[in-house]
Amino acid sequence: MSSTVGAQPENELESDERVDVKKRRFLVAATSAVGATGAALLAAPFVLSISPSERAKAAGAPVEADISKLEPGQIMRFEWRGKPVWVVRRTQAMLDALRENDKYLRDPNSDVKTQQPPYAVNEYRSIKPEFLVLVGICTHLGCAPTYRPEVAPADLGDTWHGGFYCPCHGSRYDLAGRVYQNVPAPKNLEVPPYSYLSDSRILVGKGSDIT
Amino acid sequence: MNKLITWIDNRLPVVGVWNDHLAKYYTPKNFNFWYYFGSLALLVLVLQIVTGLFLAMNYKPDAHSAFASVEYIMREVPGGWFIRYMHSTGASAFFIVIYLHMFRALIYGSYKAPRELLWVIGMVIYLALMATAFMGYLLPWGQMSYWGAQVIVNLFGAIPGIGPDLALWIRGDYVVSDATLNRFFALHFFIPALGLPVLVFLHIVALHHVGSNNPDGVEIKKNKDENGVPKDGIPFHPYYTVKDLLGVAGFLLVFFAIVFFKPEMGGYFLEHPNFIPANPLQTPEHIAPVWYFTPFYTVLRAVPDPFLGVVAMGSAILMLFLLPWLDRNPIKSWRYRSALHRFSILFFVVNFLVLGWLGVKPVTPLFAEFGVRATEAYFLFFLVLWIFSKQRSSAFYFIVYALTMGLLVFYDFTRVGSSDPTIVWPALLWPGFYLTMCLLGPVFTKFAQEKPVPERVTSK
Repeated sequence: MSSTVGAQPENELESDERVDVKKRRFLVAATSAVGATGAALLAAPFVLSISPSERAKAAGAPVEADISKLEPGQIMRFEWRGKPVWVVRRTQAMLDALRENDKYLRDPNSDVKTQQPPYAVNEYRSIKPEFLVLVGICTHLGCAPTYRPEVAPADLGDTWHGGFYCPCHGSRYDLAGRVYQNVPAPKNLEVPPYSYLSDSRILVGKGSDIT
Repeated sequence: MNKLITWIDNRLPVVGVWNDHLAKYYTPKNFNFWYYFGSLALLVLVLQIVTGLFLAMNYKPDAHSAFASVEYIMREVPGGWFIRYMHSTGASAFFIVIYLHMFRALIYGSYKAPRELLWVIGMVIYLALMATAFMGYLLPWGQMSYWGAQVIVNLFGAIPGIGPDLALWIRGDYVVSDATLNRFFALHFFIPALGLPVLVFLHIVALHHVGSNNPDGVEIKKNKDENGVPKDGIPFHPYYTVKDLLGVAGFLLVFFAIVFFKPEMGGYFLEHPNFIPANPLQTPEHIAPVWYFTPFYTVLRAVPDPFLGVVAMGSAILMLFLLPWLDRNPIKSWRYRSALHRFSILFFVVNFLVLGWLGVKPVTPLFAEFGVRATEAYFLFFLVLWIFSKQRSSAFYFIVYALTMGLLVFYDFTRVGSSDPTIVWPALLWPGFYLTMCLLGPVFTKFAQEKPVPERVTSK
């Protein structure tokens, strides 16, 4: 802008030799630089203000649950960090059927490390085989899958040995939260960090050191 | 009176604007039914802003009281139900009007030079509208509001690397919560009240600069009389102000019939699970977005990988942005394009409706396969549009046909092991039929022939 004005004077004032075009250019450049820096710094508080607040972060404390009243085959649900957590008490038949699913699964051996703490990397994806603890959020887009413990129901097919079915996009998981092949969900259901306070009480949100 | 107008005009150029944009703004004389929807879109925008303003006076953007405040509006605020049903029906009406407005541009080539930017601004308006509608849908804090938002925000979480942090930043919490509701309310008010009017203003400025297209796709500015007035032009006021008022009357008759007699539209305008308060621990049996998002939702579901699904959905919208640069055929209106081009557009419309219909249905193996096929057909339309930019040689048609069909079949072989082959192969007929018609039609039939465009607009 300033260069064209300087090159082609339009009126007397502009053609006046006293007009210091160099200084004008310097002032425009300096003001723009300071202004741009200021604008960038000013944007920071606005961008940060919509991140999770301190209160939201503090709400992520561990949660205790009583699992003594759970009957075999039953599921209980509670909230941790606003997410649904499931505890399923699996029957021996359910545990035995798990191995038959392996050939249909994407990650049968829990190789994806982010989906469970190290102490849940085993055949049953749990500390005690009987009790399965999962975050009940589909790894596809965050719906809550439904608990479908029945064997070979009409809508899920003959190979179904019980598990979780996501109604949103049809993802399937077995009774260890392991995802089937060729469904939208890419990963196994997440096992949250948890530990046993006693035989009947678990603490979700804080892991044990036992591996 | 004249004195007053002169007094104002000396201080604010009202007379000039009135003449430039209404009384002496010349528009083609052959506008038809499809030209109602621009002014109707403006009407619905005003309706939404006014009803939204009054709803905001009683609505509470708070996770504990949002659902109850909507019920309070429905039951206890005088006339509250009427204002809310106008607003909720208005949302669906907005998209019906906009889709018809876009269809008009598609058949008459209104996105072509010199109107590319007009089209792009329009597409930005469409995007802003989708964002507004999505955020507005969270506000009643029902089950569908909650889980719909959960699914859509998690789309951002599928982006590799920054995804999870981005989703966290958008929600302002680990799950959709009070913080999310509060900011969505702020944005749901801000975008349509301040953003959309600016965009609409730009849309109209760009339109009046280049002038309207018309059903013949003839530039009326190329044929002017000695006074510089287009020979095929008539002043917008009073000719089209009167025509548009008739359109407004017709539209409002239908609109209020829905508001009064069928405000939920059988669960399509207001979904049934949304009458249950949001419950973060229980997903509804079947989650479907509101009807106007469902075509793109089907595209999302057609791709197994979450990130690629998001990419596919984004591309589906991006393709529309690119329309002016894909369709390079100098003939604008489909009246003078080939029969195959008209077939292609009609197929695209049917396919878009199929995509939309699949989006509200639960995923069964059959519907999942249809979803993949309709998605393939959706993208093939844009390839065909580009190919129809000019007459091609027979060899060109054969090669593109073989390549595209080959790619489709190759993709089918990679997935047929896990799907039911008795569904996969017959479903190939849908995109296959379309491709065969459009790519082999020009070789073996005369349906690819185009007609000469007249010098002046025709009056039918």
